[in-house]
Amino acid sequence: MILNEKQQMLRKLYRDFAENEFTDELLDRLEETGEFDWDIFHEMAKYGFTGVKMPVEYGGEGGDSLDYVLMIEEFARVSPVLSLYANTSNSLGSGPLLFCGTEEQKQKYLTPVAKGEKIMVFCLTEPGAGSDAGGTLTTAVEDGDYYVLNGRKTFVSGAPVADYAIVYAKTDPTQRGSRGISMFIVDLKLPGVSLGKPEHKMGIIGYPTCDVILEDVRVHKDDLLGPKDKGFRTAMQTLDGGRLGVAAQALGMAQGAYEEALRYSKERKQFGRPIKDFQAISFMLADMATEIEAARELVYSTAEKKDAGDPESSKLCAMAKYFASEMANRVAYKAVQIFGGYGYIKEYKVERFYRDTRITSIYEGTSQVQQMVIAGNILN
Amino acid sequence: MKYIVCVKQVPNTSGKVAVKEDGTMDRSKMATIINPDDLNAVEAALALRDRNPDAKVIVVSMGPPPAMGMLHELLAMGADEAVLVSGREFGGSDTFATSQILAGAISHIGLEKDDIVFCGRQAIDGDTAQVGPQIAEKLELPQVSYAADIQQEDGKLIVKRMLEDGYMTIEVETPCLLTCIKELNKPRYMSVRGVLEFDKKPISVFDFETLKDEPLIELDTIGLKGSPTNVYKSFSPPVKGEGVRVEATTDGIRGMVAELCDKHIV
Repeated sequence: MILNEKQQMLRKLYRDFAENEFTDELLDRLEETGEFDWDIFHEMAKYGFTGVKMPVEYGGEGGDSLDYVLMIEEFARVSPVLSLYANTSNSLGSGPLLFCGTEEQKQKYLTPVAKGEKIMVFCLTEPGAGSDAGGTLTTAVEDGDYYVLNGRKTFVSGAPVADYAIVYAKTDPTQRGSRGISMFIVDLKLPGVSLGKPEHKMGIIGYPTCDVILEDVRVHKDDLLGPKDKGFRTAMQTLDGGRLGVAAQALGMAQGAYEEALRYSKERKQFGRPIKDFQAISFMLADMATEIEAARELVYSTAEKKDAGDPESSKLCAMAKYFASEMANRVAYKAVQIFGGYGYIKEYKVERFYRDTRITSIYEGTSQVQQMVIAGNILN
Repeated sequence: MKYIVCVKQVPNTSGKVAVKEDGTMDRSKMATIINPDDLNAVEAALALRDRNPDAKVIVVSMGPPPAMGMLHELLAMGADEAVLVSGREFGGSDTFATSQILAGAISHIGLEKDDIVFCGRQAIDGDTAQVGPQIAEKLELPQVSYAADIQQEDGKLIVKRMLEDGYMTIEVETPCLLTCIKELNKPRYMSVRGVLEFDKKPISVFDFETLKDEPLIELDTIGLKGSPTNVYKSFSPPVKGEGVRVEATTDGIRGMVAELCDKHIV
């Protein structure tokens, strides 16, 4: 796809920012402490990254899905974990509000989220309800002007640093499966909300993830989001956009790992010549470059089709995530292979890319769930 | 109140140099960047504007039409207006000719009591550091070069000038011209909104017709033909071969001396 002038300028902005501000020192600190870095988050907010594709009237920048995809790709190319910092507000955090929030809810919650003043996270998964979100056990029971929420949400990315959460809870237990589920905006400072301890993860370390536990949490009716009992459909719509973001993230990681391997193949000498001169290595690089380019075209065109309201965009988002994340895993595998023993050492960037890419084929729907979505679309 | 910043698009020094038959550089065939010192000048102007919201920052560049892309980036950083000075008659100008044309362009925009002209110290292609001071002379403005700190006080500027062996603090009245160095600040990035909305800001092109009647411009001393200095030849320096590492042992040094003798260096 040929980018127009503004898209090229945005890509330059994202790349310059990532290459200069995501320093090795910062990346190592994130990896060692696992803690959220507020300084870089505030710096990102200052330039508008937290609100790239949110409407100007709600504090955002008014960009489109491709403007957002380019950002996630460029950030993930240098640091997969820091790409998440600018992602949540543009993706799962704001999606449900944009789809079905009232004007008051949008003004109250979206504006500070777009500006990076507050963080909003997405609570769908439960210990017993992952891919099958229909198995949600969290409940919300009406009580006067309030709903009383009880349940446990798990693997909530960003929860330890969040102010608000979109929580999915069963409001009508008589309805089966994914029906009878509603969405709530929950202020995480409300009495009865507690957090689990941050998980020790394989990758994307530095963006903490934990459980959110709700015990008799009284949420005002004003914070019911969208029509009662019909929250699951919005969850699915939000996940379309989320999947596009993960696809962009996978694309950026693959690009970063590939560039590392390409450079190393020119430096590393074995048998008296750079290893790039060996067909075994050069063909791996050729495969990596080709797959990345194919994923890039798919991700970019899906972003444009999604904004254009293409009826196939749900399927395309699943395809983009499925292909890009599996591709990123293959590319990271080859990058480590090209580095040989050094690729297994934490000092080398490909080691981190290898661990970080692994999540892309899991979160926001595993590759197998994407296959289900794609198959469902083409067979129905 | 206006802060006028002169900026130049320069070849990216990591790329190759393309040279035209007349010895000048073929800028259209080379990857380009914004001259680094000029970015510091832009940042200085933007920072002052942020404190004086009534002021506006106008970026001015002389160059071929592709330099417009650079001006777009500066608008996306926060500049309020952009002017591209571009015309065949201006092509190939040396620093004498360039500073006349830029002084003419600044005059055309108009300078008032509170205005400040900012330039980068020097461009990384020509490395002359002459254009800023020459513009000041032509506009008869006080000038402070090598600005490493700028403070605004009661209509005056207190500028810290960086010298080789220390600082010189200078008080200067506006309007004036400052040339900026990298120690002055850290240039900001473009912003997302800045990129998405840069084309809503005024962008003008001053061509030969626009400027030919400016009294500061003498028509027979501009462009390649009118420039008092001419480029004899431009070339990329030959790439040096890989060095030889000499072990700090008696044998190593003996070998090195033998090689130097062979080459008749000693």
